[in-house]
Amino acid sequence: MIELKGLHKSYITGNNKLHVLKGLDLTIEQGELVSVMGSSGSGKSTLLNVLGILDSYDEGFYKLNNTLMDNLSEKKAAQYRNNMLGFVFQSFNLISFKNAVENVALPLYYQGVNRKKRNMIALDYLDRMGLKEWADHMPNELSGGQKQRVAIARAMISKPKVILADEPTGALDSKTSLEVMDLFREINSSGITVIIVTHEKDISEQTDRIIHIKDGIIGSEFTSKN
Amino acid sequence: MFDKEKWQEIFSSLKNNKMRTTLTIFGVFWGIFMLIVMLGFGMGFKSMMQEGFGDFATNSLLIWPQQTTKAYKGFPRDRSYMFTNEDVQLIREKFPEIEFIAPKLRAFGIEGANNATRGTKTGAFSVEGTFPEYNLIDPSKITHGRFVNNVDIKEYKKVAVIGKHVKDVLFEEDENPLGEYIKINGIYFKVVGVLTKGASNISLGSDKDRSIVIPLTTFQKVYNRGNEVGFCAVTAVKEANIALVQQKINIFLRRRHSIAPDDDQAVGGFNLAKEFKKFFNMINSVVILIWIVGAATLLAGVIGVSNIMLVVVRERTKEIGIQRALGATPFKIMNNIITEAIFLTASSGYVGIVIGVGVIELVKKIANSSGSDNPFFTHAGVNLNVALMALLILVVFGALAGFIPAKRAINIKPIDALRDD
Ligand SMILES: Nc1ncnc2c1ncn2[C@@H]1O[C@H](COP(=O)(O)OP(=O)(O)OP(=O)(O)O)[C@@H](O)[C@H]1O
Ligand SMILES: [Mg+2]
Repeated sequence: MIELKGLHKSYITGNNKLHVLKGLDLTIEQGELVSVMGSSGSGKSTLLNVLGILDSYDEGFYKLNNTLMDNLSEKKAAQYRNNMLGFVFQSFNLISFKNAVENVALPLYYQGVNRKKRNMIALDYLDRMGLKEWADHMPNELSGGQKQRVAIARAMISKPKVILADEPTGALDSKTSLEVMDLFREINSSGITVIIVTHEKDISEQTDRIIHIKDGIIGSEFTSKN
Repeated sequence: MFDKEKWQEIFSSLKNNKMRTTLTIFGVFWGIFMLIVMLGFGMGFKSMMQEGFGDFATNSLLIWPQQTTKAYKGFPRDRSYMFTNEDVQLIREKFPEIEFIAPKLRAFGIEGANNATRGTKTGAFSVEGTFPEYNLIDPSKITHGRFVNNVDIKEYKKVAVIGKHVKDVLFEEDENPLGEYIKINGIYFKVVGVLTKGASNISLGSDKDRSIVIPLTTFQKVYNRGNEVGFCAVTAVKEANIALVQQKINIFLRRRHSIAPDDDQAVGGFNLAKEFKKFFNMINSVVILIWIVGAATLLAGVIGVSNIMLVVVRERTKEIGIQRALGATPFKIMNNIITEAIFLTASSGYVGIVIGVGVIELVKKIANSSGSDNPFFTHAGVNLNVALMALLILVVFGALAGFIPAKRAINIKPIDALRDD
């Protein structure tokens, strides 16, 4: 599903060049549940952004579903993000002026699905997250855990192949974190590839494969087949 | 265009900063309001000017004989002469660019003495002999009967068209003057028409209401004027250059009356077209000025919108980043921002148009109800085309105002937009 080979990425700020990813190789098959760990500043988010076609890379290649992701027009990139990928962020990133169901329905709006239909589908996803009664609430009326579940519903609604989550439990307490992880596992069991960046060991332990980034490459890997 | 998702976004960003939105809207509102009001009263100004001209033929010229200023061919200077029927006839035949030529002769009641009587009623009026064409150049309003016609001319008929005031003096109020006889300088004339001042405020010579018009030929016979003609009114066909026509006629008349070719004074003339043109040019420059001032005010408002949209885009950077992560195409983002700018300009501009038109209509109404006939107020108005044009300009300006901010919004990489706090 995901294939990275010799991936390099540097940030240039003024005269300084910060080499973050230094020839990283990584293959993730369809249906895997993977966590990415590493010390702060090691490049986990950078890697995830490249995978999400939110950012570009300098060298090597990135194939998503056997298609080379390089030099895409912004329009094409938007289409891949819409069809193939779902994002879950640490800070939820819900749209403040839209209620829960409208937030969830947004990716379908970009696909041109009519309002009635997409809101119906969105409500169904919210129901699966146990948030049906909260459908009409605005994001600022929801708790952190609820917001993250709305965000997960939104990531899932376009039936993506891959869900990318950057510290999705970073802003949640441990009980809520476990609930969110249960959701990810459930999503994964339906065949969707899930990649989670995390600092927390008890989060990564719930994934099938743990990738450590160190010095800009994959340092060590741990696979637990259960 | 009409999907809720988009308008939700637009209204939420407008609502989040009501003061800012109000000020922005006011800028555009004020621009278009000023433009409309100025154009409206510009129109009033124009019709005030035009009303002065009325239906007077604009491409026209007046000529009359004056004393010569140069000795020539044995004649001394300061010689008086008159145009003749033949002059008129020849000019009409010689110059195809002339539409009408109407000669005129005039006599007054000598030193204010009464010259027209009917029974015991009597009055002093200007008596004019002319051709039927005259009424096409400097039209009078015929309230009863008719004007002088060609049969009158040919048969030296003793018929008269009397001014409204003449009728009031010589007839009882409820009397029908048509077919009645009046005596002019001792000779009976049958009244065939009553006339009054036409739509034009231009007055050539005497007050029409106080004059009596009779056929030129009859005039010449009755007053012993032979074939003499006083002054002539001339109109040229639309395409002709009246100044050129005037020159040609002058040369022709100088030659016929043995006037020195360089005696510019001998044939008096007044080119009305020139005067009209000056006036219309002035009106047009006023209108152009209005558009420039109005457009500048409007532009200032639109720049305000553009600025505010830049701020909005900055504020919404993160949201735009989220939308792009969820699959919004750059087109969609731009479309949103440009629509928002158009909406801002067009809606505030629309209000400006409506209120501007309202103010004009109100002034008109007040002017009318207070009995004013000053066309500056009563004829003020905005025609639909101008209003639609203004609205179109607003939409175009709005799109331009949104374009730069929209471009900026999509030039940010999605990841940078997402990182924005
Ligand atoms: N836009 C940027 N411009 C310049 N440098 C950046 C940029 N984004 C990240 N970096 C730098 O690149 C390095 C990797 O950053 P990244 O966000 O990928 O780390 P991370 O592994 O996600 O860290 P954390 O666990 O703290 O989230 C860091 O040193 C960071 O300072
Ligand atoms: Mg990070």
